[in-house]
Amino acid sequence: MAITEQDVQASEDAPSVNYLNNGYGLKSWLLTRDHKRIAVLYIISISIFFALGGLFASLVRFELMTPEGDLMSSDTYNKVFSMHGIIMVFFFLVPSIPATIGNFLVPIMVGAKDLAFPRVNLLSWYVYVVAGILGTIAVVGGGVDTGWTFYTPYSSTYSNSNVILAAMAAFMAGFSSILTGLNFVVTIHTMRAPGMTWFRLPLFVWSHYATSLIMLLGTPVIAITLVLLMLERGFGFGFFDPNLGGDPVLFQHLFWFYSHPAVYIMILPSMGVMSEMVAAVARKRVFGYEFVAFSSVAIAILGFLVWGHHMFVSSQSTYAGMVFSIITFLVAVPSAIKVFNWTATLYKGSIIYDTQMFYVYGYLGLFLVGGLTGLFLSSMGLDIHLHDTYFVVAHFHYIMVGGQVMGYMGGMHFWWPKITGKMYPDIWGRVSALLVFLGFNLTFFPQFILGYMGMPRRYHVYPDEFQVLNVASSLGASILALGYVIPGAYLTWSIFKGPKAPDNPWGAKGLEWETTSPPPTFNFEETPLVTEEAYQYGPIEEH
Amino acid sequence: MQTDFPLFPDQASSFAFQVDALYFGILALCVFFALLVVILVVIFAIKYQRKSDDEVPRQIAGHLGLEIFWTAIPAVLALGVFVWATVLYFHLITPPPNAMEMYVVGKQWMWKLQHPEGKKEINELHVPLGESVRLTMTSEDVLHSFYIPAFRVKKDVVPGRYTNLWFKATQVGSYHLFCAEFCGTEHSRMIGTVHVLEPQDYEAWLTGGTANEPMEVAGERLFEQYACHTCHKMDGTGRGPSLSGLFGKTVALEGGGTALVDEAYIRESILNPSAKVMAGYKPIMPTFKGQISEEGIIQLIAYIKSLKAPELTSME
Repeated sequence: MAITEQDVQASEDAPSVNYLNNGYGLKSWLLTRDHKRIAVLYIISISIFFALGGLFASLVRFELMTPEGDLMSSDTYNKVFSMHGIIMVFFFLVPSIPATIGNFLVPIMVGAKDLAFPRVNLLSWYVYVVAGILGTIAVVGGGVDTGWTFYTPYSSTYSNSNVILAAMAAFMAGFSSILTGLNFVVTIHTMRAPGMTWFRLPLFVWSHYATSLIMLLGTPVIAITLVLLMLERGFGFGFFDPNLGGDPVLFQHLFWFYSHPAVYIMILPSMGVMSEMVAAVARKRVFGYEFVAFSSVAIAILGFLVWGHHMFVSSQSTYAGMVFSIITFLVAVPSAIKVFNWTATLYKGSIIYDTQMFYVYGYLGLFLVGGLTGLFLSSMGLDIHLHDTYFVVAHFHYIMVGGQVMGYMGGMHFWWPKITGKMYPDIWGRVSALLVFLGFNLTFFPQFILGYMGMPRRYHVYPDEFQVLNVASSLGASILALGYVIPGAYLTWSIFKGPKAPDNPWGAKGLEWETTSPPPTFNFEETPLVTEEAYQYGPIEEH
Repeated sequence: MQTDFPLFPDQASSFAFQVDALYFGILALCVFFALLVVILVVIFAIKYQRKSDDEVPRQIAGHLGLEIFWTAIPAVLALGVFVWATVLYFHLITPPPNAMEMYVVGKQWMWKLQHPEGKKEINELHVPLGESVRLTMTSEDVLHSFYIPAFRVKKDVVPGRYTNLWFKATQVGSYHLFCAEFCGTEHSRMIGTVHVLEPQDYEAWLTGGTANEPMEVAGERLFEQYACHTCHKMDGTGRGPSLSGLFGKTVALEGGGTALVDEAYIRESILNPSAKVMAGYKPIMPTFKGQISEEGIIQLIAYIKSLKAPELTSME
């Protein structure tokens, strides 16, 4: 992707004006309209919530090391796992890649100066922060014990915890992602640089386009569902509680109508990161570009039609269950297409063994397990046994942590030089990626076995025979935690002491690598003119 | 029954083996694809390691044939698994017609179970070996889920409606009964034990201990206590329909349509009588919502089930 030579030269003469040194002081950050600064604000805020959610996860794993409930009361335990889920899903996973790396890169990748609505972008961060404060008040003020799923009528009538406050927090966090999604869709449609056709867009942009569609179309449904929940709890409207004339299963339909597509909000962006990193690691055009691009859109569309697979044993109609089951099996196909195409990209590539490569390989391994175990759960005859057991817990952690968090961590390493203008020590990157991979598997693989043995999820106390595997899982979690703490340390170190990053440290393709590290406030000195395909490392051979 | 460190659940029901077969079938498929990809990417990493900093490999755009191949193969296999799993599902949710009936009421945080003969249990369920048992379940408060891992059965227990589950135990022993749907503070203590007994032991257990009155007798008492019999006269001359022999029939409704008289219909007719009124009758029955417990309703249903159609001879 061509860009003028001046940019390359400009970066050689330090210190140049970039988005980081263009204005100092709190005000220049809190009132910024620069998508890159907003991305940094998001990185800081979601890191806080990731740490908080991680703390709750550690408490869960500590408690489960023994079958008895000896560390905390059942009431506290229920609040701890609920807050872990609510924080991780609504305040970390959903915004994780789109609001940070996506916010930073989507405008640069399409060759634009900023997102279409810079003020709306800033607003989305403020909405997120207010939602986060509400969530924190809900935690500090006694917590919430419904699980992140808020199932009625427990949440609407029976729970004695801060349900309304927590639901309000999730409701508001939803608006922040609607605003982000809106911004991406408009930007990708209207602000592509000259020559940047749809089929020259990096696959990261395609996956963010698909994600944005889900955010725009799905999130309003969870918003209204949470409003109905709050009305029932606050004023006794009978939507879901049968004693008031409502239907508890209706809540599940509404909840999963958003929350299943939301799972794809929590995986599609990481697939985009993977496509970028696979290409850079192998220095090769992504194999079957169009198929990878369209598989993202296919996942977004099919993802809207499978919510009932969370409800095979809920007493929903058998025939509805069959339809949901078959469409769920079909969603496996676009995911498989992506994996095969990434594999084919590595074929005859030029593969470098750096931190990115470790994350790419780790992601492939974990996503394979996460994706394939979905087949067990989409099988109606088998899901009867597996539903609401640790098998499900293991499965979605392989997708959300093994997928999205691996993608987030990998992406942060890949674009760290671009975002901060500093290099981190690659050896530590590889060590921590390895720790994450090993720790993750030791944490969650035993949970598949526990699940098949029948251990239900959300159990504070459990029968003795499940202890050995639970101890293994808790040990793995401590290794996993180390794998997250180490990058926190050396990445922070690199901001102050790291060597200055070149504009294109990995020799990768894409407009973001043609501007300076860190980029100037308006991303490019001149609007780039795009004259080549995505990932054109050399002449492309058609087959 | 359980060792200290088991890795696989007991197989104690007639379909445990079939569910496990599906499990291992899918597992084999998954292991194959996972190994395929893992072996390939590892070989590629070794074979195509970057030799020099300025190395640029050949840029292969793609291959339509390959794309079709690896779209079609997973699609066909996925549909195959779908068919296998769905056929099994229908077997798992369809009880044989001669199944024994038992009743379950879930409440925070205990399981209340009752046998048709009247025996009541809390957090324990005794069932005979080799007999099909069909459970009719409901909840007094929030969602619960009735789960016996050794039988591979689970079904949500939903307030305001009846759900069903059936199994045939094939191995004598005691097995976990779990609540699988989060239901509040003591969720993880809403557990119990299912005891599978030899049929003669089951008979002995059933007749031993304190004798409870059979469910239909208790139901008949309630039927009189709530004065149901003043309108629902057996000879059909009352203001409400006669309930003799009504269970299991499909009846015409006032305002068109039909309804099958099953457990759910009777429950609805007690709690919300005007919802589905039988053709030829007026919606004059008062609601009994809040006056009869879920267990009471189940006993009434057992009584109504026991009412046989009037003998034809008496009509002659």
